[in-house]
Amino acid sequence: MGGIEQILTLDDVHVHYGAIWALKGINLTVGEGEIVSLIGANGAGKSTTLQAISGVVKSSAGKTTFRGEDITKVPAHNIVKKGIAQVPEGRRVFANLSVLENLEMGAYIRRDNKGIKQDMEMVLERFPRLKERISQVAGTLSGGEQQMLAIGRALMTRPKLMLLDEPSMGLAPLLVKEIFSIIQEINQEGTTILLVEQNARMALQISDRAYVLETGRIVLDGPAKELARQEDVKKAYLGG
Amino acid sequence: MQDLLQQLLNGLSQGSIYALIAVGYTMIYGIIQLINFAHGDVIMVGAYVALGAVLMGFGFIPSLLIAMLVCAVLGVLIERVAYRRVRPVSRLAALTSAIGVSLFLEYTMMYFLGADIRTFPPGVLAERTYSLGGVMITNKDLLVLGTTVILVVVLQYIIFRTRTGKAMRAVSFDGQAAQLMGVNVNNTVAITFFIGSAMAAAAGMLYGIYFNSVQPLMGLMPGLKAFIAAVLGGIGSIPGAMLGGILLGMTESLVAGFGGSMYRDAVAFIILILILLIKPTGLLGKGVQEKV
Repeated sequence: MGGIEQILTLDDVHVHYGAIWALKGINLTVGEGEIVSLIGANGAGKSTTLQAISGVVKSSAGKTTFRGEDITKVPAHNIVKKGIAQVPEGRRVFANLSVLENLEMGAYIRRDNKGIKQDMEMVLERFPRLKERISQVAGTLSGGEQQMLAIGRALMTRPKLMLLDEPSMGLAPLLVKEIFSIIQEINQEGTTILLVEQNARMALQISDRAYVLETGRIVLDGPAKELARQEDVKKAYLGG
Repeated sequence: MQDLLQQLLNGLSQGSIYALIAVGYTMIYGIIQLINFAHGDVIMVGAYVALGAVLMGFGFIPSLLIAMLVCAVLGVLIERVAYRRVRPVSRLAALTSAIGVSLFLEYTMMYFLGADIRTFPPGVLAERTYSLGGVMITNKDLLVLGTTVILVVVLQYIIFRTRTGKAMRAVSFDGQAAQLMGVNVNNTVAITFFIGSAMAAAAGMLYGIYFNSVQPLMGLMPGLKAFIAAVLGGIGSIPGAMLGGILLGMTESLVAGFGGSMYRDAVAFIILILILLIKPTGLLGKGVQEKV
């Protein structure tokens, strides 16, 4: 990856939840324009890593750098302004708000009304089903539609880096495919992606590189294609 | 028939005061799941500030605005000092802290201003009565109703038409997700206390004028009743709080008007118990949604 500029660097990041030591020194980098995946079993610390980047959980040690700036101590609500958007696990759309209002919440930090309007059109073009349901309350959407809304909402922040936490969770196989191709499209349009997935096979297919986490540590990393071929990865995460 | 209408009208006035208080309870509960037991005492402080302003020569509207502003700041201060640090620890701790704030406000007022009942000077509102097809309506009723309608419209506008209101609704549903959108949750909570406490102050002034009495423990009963109204309507729901307040006011007025004034409060609490037995989430409350 010699030529790629690092957009995000985690340097020995630790996270404690009370007595639980969830991350035990994570080192990872994401290059500008890449799709990078974190794979691993339940409880390995994948989501916690994303939460630590977003500032939702505080890291107890280590350093997070984004575009050359130390963001370790930046509070969560200011991380978005730096250009990092997270599509959280379980989608977490605002079920009491309309689809439109959810997308507007994505643009909460922005004041450029013209740009917001453009992005809104772009998102609704990408997700025509959201357009059909624009004034519906988000709680009435199906799981797949909610996932699209969560991604659309994140796009409205106009992120440089998008963190996606289990975007395929609970979706029918056809929808999973659709979501993954949307992620690829978003990436091709210039947004860097850091992806956490249980569905390691799909994740490795679309990723440039991947990290394998086990109980709070990175145990393997490398180009996604190579990891997908490795016997132990296959056995542990790709169902043999 | 005329009697009935008369009682309903009286109930409407009293109910709209409950509604103003209940809205504050429900907003604060909606955003941090805390029953702010000091809310009733903010009413009392509001009434005293308004009374002070009136005695200094200010008119009704300036006095109302002064009281609202002072209490809004007081509300923010209460949250900052007494709740913010304990909120993440446990709900019970925050609740206990709220009771502490309540007692603190009551007895601080008593210490400095005494326990005597004070009244608004008659000049602030010379009582006039109009007859509407046999139903008597006083200018106090009109004042209470008018002020409530205006404040509720302003509140609805803030919550449903502004960026801040959207953020408040987002935080009340999912604070962490709102954070990921760049919402400063602590500021949003502070704004909620600001607005809720301003409403309480308005209610305090109206209550003081309507019942012609201002004293350090005056917030207890209306606070408790408004709490009932909020639960009745479905805690967390603003339309629910308004509906609950008006229903409660009307019920009380009917019970009192038809010879049961001794049982007025008992009836209010019986209604609460019955409604909660039948519909635990309140009239307009929604069931808690399980998050996947």
